[in-house]
Amino acid sequence: MALPIWLFILASVIKSAIVLGVLLTAVAYTVWLERKVVGHMQNRWGPTRVGPFGLLQPAADGIKFLFKEDLTPPHVYKPLFIAAPLIAVVFALTSISVIPFGNAVMIGGYSIPLQITTDVNTGLLLILGVTSIGVYGVALAGWSSNNKYSLLGGLRASAQMVSYEISLGLSLVGVLIMSGSFSLRTIVDAQGGHFWGFIPRWNIFHGQVIGFFCYLMAAYAETNRIPFDLPEAETELVAGYHTEYSAMKFAMFFMAEYANMITVACLATLLFFGGWHGPLFGPTILQEILPVFWFVAKVFVFLFLYIWVRGTLPRFRYDQLMAFGWKFLLPLALANLIATAIAVAW
Amino acid sequence: MNVHLILFLAFGAVCVAGAVNLLAQRHPINGALSLIAVMAALAGEYLLLGAEFVAAVQVIVYAGAIMVLFVFTIMLLNAGVEERTKGSRVAILFGIPGLLLGGILLGWVVLRHSGTEAVAAGALPGDPNTIGQLLFHEFLLPFEITSVLILIAIMGAVVLASKPPSAPARRVED
Amino acid sequence: MVPLSYYLVLSGFLFACGVAGFLIKRNIITIFMSIELMLNGVNLSFVAFAAHWHVLAGQVFVFFVMVVAAAEAAVGLAIIIAVYRTRETLNVDQVNLLKL
Repeated sequence: MALPIWLFILASVIKSAIVLGVLLTAVAYTVWLERKVVGHMQNRWGPTRVGPFGLLQPAADGIKFLFKEDLTPPHVYKPLFIAAPLIAVVFALTSISVIPFGNAVMIGGYSIPLQITTDVNTGLLLILGVTSIGVYGVALAGWSSNNKYSLLGGLRASAQMVSYEISLGLSLVGVLIMSGSFSLRTIVDAQGGHFWGFIPRWNIFHGQVIGFFCYLMAAYAETNRIPFDLPEAETELVAGYHTEYSAMKFAMFFMAEYANMITVACLATLLFFGGWHGPLFGPTILQEILPVFWFVAKVFVFLFLYIWVRGTLPRFRYDQLMAFGWKFLLPLALANLIATAIAVAW
Repeated sequence: MNVHLILFLAFGAVCVAGAVNLLAQRHPINGALSLIAVMAALAGEYLLLGAEFVAAVQVIVYAGAIMVLFVFTIMLLNAGVEERTKGSRVAILFGIPGLLLGGILLGWVVLRHSGTEAVAAGALPGDPNTIGQLLFHEFLLPFEITSVLILIAIMGAVVLASKPPSAPARRVED
Repeated sequence: MVPLSYYLVLSGFLFACGVAGFLIKRNIITIFMSIELMLNGVNLSFVAFAAHWHVLAGQVFVFFVMVVAAAEAAVGLAIIIAVYRTRETLNVDQVNLLKL
């Protein structure tokens, strides 16, 4: 049963508010998790002082960011200096709007999809487009800061993101060939069921291992995370593109980075790990909640992987980064695409 | 006034503002940003026309790849504010009235003579499926030729932008 | 419902702005961006006509235009970098000698 228009708008507003709230909380607590996990990996405790296990640390950080003096250095190009963090954070938060979190739930006889927008035909393309525009935030921040380290960081970021975007797109095409749709909901639905009764029919078990590897590498590079965090390499560039930023503007770049990480994790879950599919059991109310739980659990695993990699790997050199992207990842993604196409055509 | 027309006018206003801004701005990076705004607004117009795949590709390829290259080059070459020369002043003096005149004439002719057949929102759904069918059946040869074109462009760009080979070390005779 | 002519006027305006930019701008990168603006104007009329005549080929043409634009951007920007390397200027008025 379709919703009347005012109910649709109401539902959309409520869904947006919930998703935004959850996303921002998740961003804050991913930072906490990262500090905690990396701390334990390095034989430290991580944050412990504010609240039990340092759980209130994100709130303390937020208050600190809000009350710090917002410095604007004298020789920056002001309009772009102010706009750059906004661009970064807005596009990072936008891409979450097409991500579905679960099947439709029935509330009062109406079926409400767990997704901010209705299922758009080109959902995946939309995410790719939004992330590709997100580059401008970093590039413009580097340029407008009028500082050689920032400029180098911005240059590195734009070159790196443009290069790895190709591998990212190609690695996804294998999944697209198998499900025959750009709609994220259709892609997830195609992954329901099991092989031989026990192996879930997720794309990763369906021959997309190489595709997943390429996606993961390219996505790490797209989000500027270790081992690809050349744009903000502390030992070379002070802090890269956000050297001149302070207080809330710096926090916006920080939020954008973690929001992008969450988007990447959601996308990996949806495309390769069956989205919200997982064992369902118990009473009806539990069966309604479990898919969302499985989705969140898988996303959490990917976020943990991000942090694990950060605590483990050193940084690439810049020529290694470019050689890896162009000479290794791109041919691998192409080979995966061709192999998948042949397998599907067979 | 219907929603479709309002949206058309809104996106069109962004397009016009961006295009005019491209002419008015003297710093290339401002020009690049206004061009990005034009492209994003054009993607909106494509969505209104039902060409959702074209709209997505417009954002990904134009705004997300080509313009990033432009911004990258501007940053790399540290392009400054462009200086005005005499030639360009003359061009402004004669060009802008000429442009206005031509534009008004063209607009008047088009609006007068093209009738009032309206294009419905989403009149021709250009979803990825049908586009793909068309691209890989009817337009297969042009498609393959463009791939050759891209290959040539890649090689050309690599050759042009790579550092000129340093003069080979002169071998000391005898 | 938007008349086809509105789309055409918008497309023509964008194209005209591109031509004007091509003529009055002195920075070689901005001149190049004006060309992109012209191509965008043309693309809009392609899509509008596709919707008007119910022929999907118009939308396919847009892809070819985009491919050409992308190839052109790659080669053109490489040329700009090469020019900048030898002349150390982006002003087209100063790039007027065949020989260094």
